[in-house]
Amino acid sequence: MLRDAGDAYWRKKAKSVVERRAKKGTLYERKAVERAREGLRQWQDTLYAEWAEKSPGAGRDPQTASGIPLKPLYTPDDVANSEYSDQGFPGVYPFLRGVYPNMYRGRTWTMRMFSGFGTPEDTNKRLKLLLDHGETGLSIAFDMPTLYGYDCDSERAHGEVGRCGVNVSSLKDMEVIFDGIPLGEVSTSMTINAPATVLTCMYAGVGKRQGVPASQLRGTVQADMLKEYIAQKEWAYPPEAHLRLVRDLMVFATKEMPLWNYISISGYHIREAGSSAVQELAFTLADGFGYIELGLEAGLKVEQFAPRLSFFFNSTMDFFEEIAKFRAARRVWATVLREKYGVTDKRSLLMRFHTQTSGASLTWQQPLNNVVRTAIEALAAVLGGTQSLHTNSYDEAWALPTEQAVEVALRTQQIIAEETGLPSVIDPLGGSYYVEWLTEQMEEEAYKYFDRIEAAGGLLKAVKTGYLQREIAENSYRLSKRVEQGKDSVVGVNKYSKPEKEPIDTLKIDFKAQRAQTKRLAAVKRERDEAKVRAALAKMEKAFENEDANSMYPMLDAVTKYATLGEVMGVGRRVWGSYKEPMLL
Amino acid sequence: MARKATALQRKIRILVAKPGLDGHDRGALVLARAFRDAGMEVIYSGLLPSPEQVAQMAIDEDVDVVALSLLNGAHMTAFPKVKKLLDKLGGKDVVVVGGGIIPEEDKPRLLKLGITGLYGPGSSFEDIVEHVRGRVRKERWKE
Repeated sequence: MLRDAGDAYWRKKAKSVVERRAKKGTLYERKAVERAREGLRQWQDTLYAEWAEKSPGAGRDPQTASGIPLKPLYTPDDVANSEYSDQGFPGVYPFLRGVYPNMYRGRTWTMRMFSGFGTPEDTNKRLKLLLDHGETGLSIAFDMPTLYGYDCDSERAHGEVGRCGVNVSSLKDMEVIFDGIPLGEVSTSMTINAPATVLTCMYAGVGKRQGVPASQLRGTVQADMLKEYIAQKEWAYPPEAHLRLVRDLMVFATKEMPLWNYISISGYHIREAGSSAVQELAFTLADGFGYIELGLEAGLKVEQFAPRLSFFFNSTMDFFEEIAKFRAARRVWATVLREKYGVTDKRSLLMRFHTQTSGASLTWQQPLNNVVRTAIEALAAVLGGTQSLHTNSYDEAWALPTEQAVEVALRTQQIIAEETGLPSVIDPLGGSYYVEWLTEQMEEEAYKYFDRIEAAGGLLKAVKTGYLQREIAENSYRLSKRVEQGKDSVVGVNKYSKPEKEPIDTLKIDFKAQRAQTKRLAAVKRERDEAKVRAALAKMEKAFENEDANSMYPMLDAVTKYATLGEVMGVGRRVWGSYKEPMLL
Repeated sequence: MARKATALQRKIRILVAKPGLDGHDRGALVLARAFRDAGMEVIYSGLLPSPEQVAQMAIDEDVDVVALSLLNGAHMTAFPKVKKLLDKLGGKDVVVVGGGIIPEEDKPRLLKLGITGLYGPGSSFEDIVEHVRGRVRKERWKE
């Protein structure tokens, strides 16, 4: 999947899934299915037809957001291929119904709100506020210069410091972000990719200063570089170089930071970039298989590293399609890992995932409507069995969220968890004819995409030729046109709209962060031992040049001597150069 | 979309560009397709060009319009910079429009610089295309 083309497994699997669906199963008695089919025909030709004629319906086309055509009603006939073993039990292969035996009965999902803005001091304050409000996991957003690996004093950073997240230019900034937050007691998710190795080293550096050994640090870096080329587009080097760094991180963390989730395989950005739910499912899982192959290439055993891989999905407005997507993802992951990669270790088969509600679904028109959208999306994620959840704030189409909006977003999750009674029953939509049929349909479409990616030369090639990016751009254009033509409704935008004024308070970020950060960086450079920094960077450069070396050890050394983010990333830029993506028009 | 004969005879050349550290290219790629389908010749800057590169590209490609898109909050530095550089390089009459996440209070300053449109997510293609056409006809073609 990663580098090869023409692995026969994918072609065969896509075919067998289609064939399997045409067969009869044992879950429903055959005669009963026939009666249901006959009953449906009668109902559709008479009663339904009569009513449909009277009120043809002003709503959208009967299709999912991915374009899967929908019938008015689903019956046992649509899932007549079912065997109960395909559905099974929570915590049991193929994990359709959930990864853990007791799911939310034991403990509800982790409410993990993504935050980070301005200076490290601002972010430190926000993190402490969230911990006070009962949040159970930290999650940090970084600004663009940090995401691309430039220091705050770089010309490329001008005007962008602290705007979309917090700025980190050196270990000193990380020390401030986590000041007074005991790293031994929290788990921290950092949304960072191209510089994920550097930030992991910095986190270990903060831990060391707090007296927490690396082996006890819990958290996640995203480090999903494949989706960067597919969707988020935040890279520093060519794909091969970034994959090599991810490999170094996998090997290093497997040994030194066993509780660190070092790749969060992300469909979120693929979806936000305009993909369909089917594409999000297919491309994200394909990336996951790519990382499995990367780990195997590095000489690791799947059981050593698969439990440290986690997933990150989007939840947006087509409620049932989203739920089907989450359920399908679990079953496909476990099935392929077992069938193709021969995995038997149960922990390695579990697809654990984080979900974030969709930023792209939020409208800047009538922003309070976004509270409702986010609640529906959050509900889909919970019904889909997510392990953790971030709910967006209603003002995010305008700017970074205010404290009040963040609080409403967190309360949305608490209301679902504590007022609805929903955690009492595991996978409550399991067995719904429609949901089970749609789950299978999503799986079938995903397998067909795996086959197409393989036929396009494997993932790396599909990324470098722009195949996946164009697939997403075309879908995104299709969706925009549907809204423009009124085929899809967006309340407050193409329906029920009214003149807009900026109605809400937004969070303002000014140049204060840039000035403060630049000042701190200058102080760091003044106070550090320059000769030691140079020597450490030179050693790291040697490791970068040697494909067989693990660059994490010299990087950790350089970072703890206060080599800056830009300096560390700059060494890579010298060694590997930069990357220009293929033309996507 | 209905168009007058005059507009059909001449194609608008438009550069769709993202000047800065911003990988959010969904809007830019979708708009590029919408401009193309509206009969324009579209050039896309690709990702991560500096404002200097965007201005130079506009001059080299001899475009009528530069359409800037940023969703990272840096529009108040990047958009004016592109406009200033364009003026300096002899592209004073190149129409500059912008879009992305642009708070109301930032708009007057951009409009004063001649950077118009300033469309947010959810804006209609028809409005955007008409806005671009209107400015090109008036300012470039002096119709």
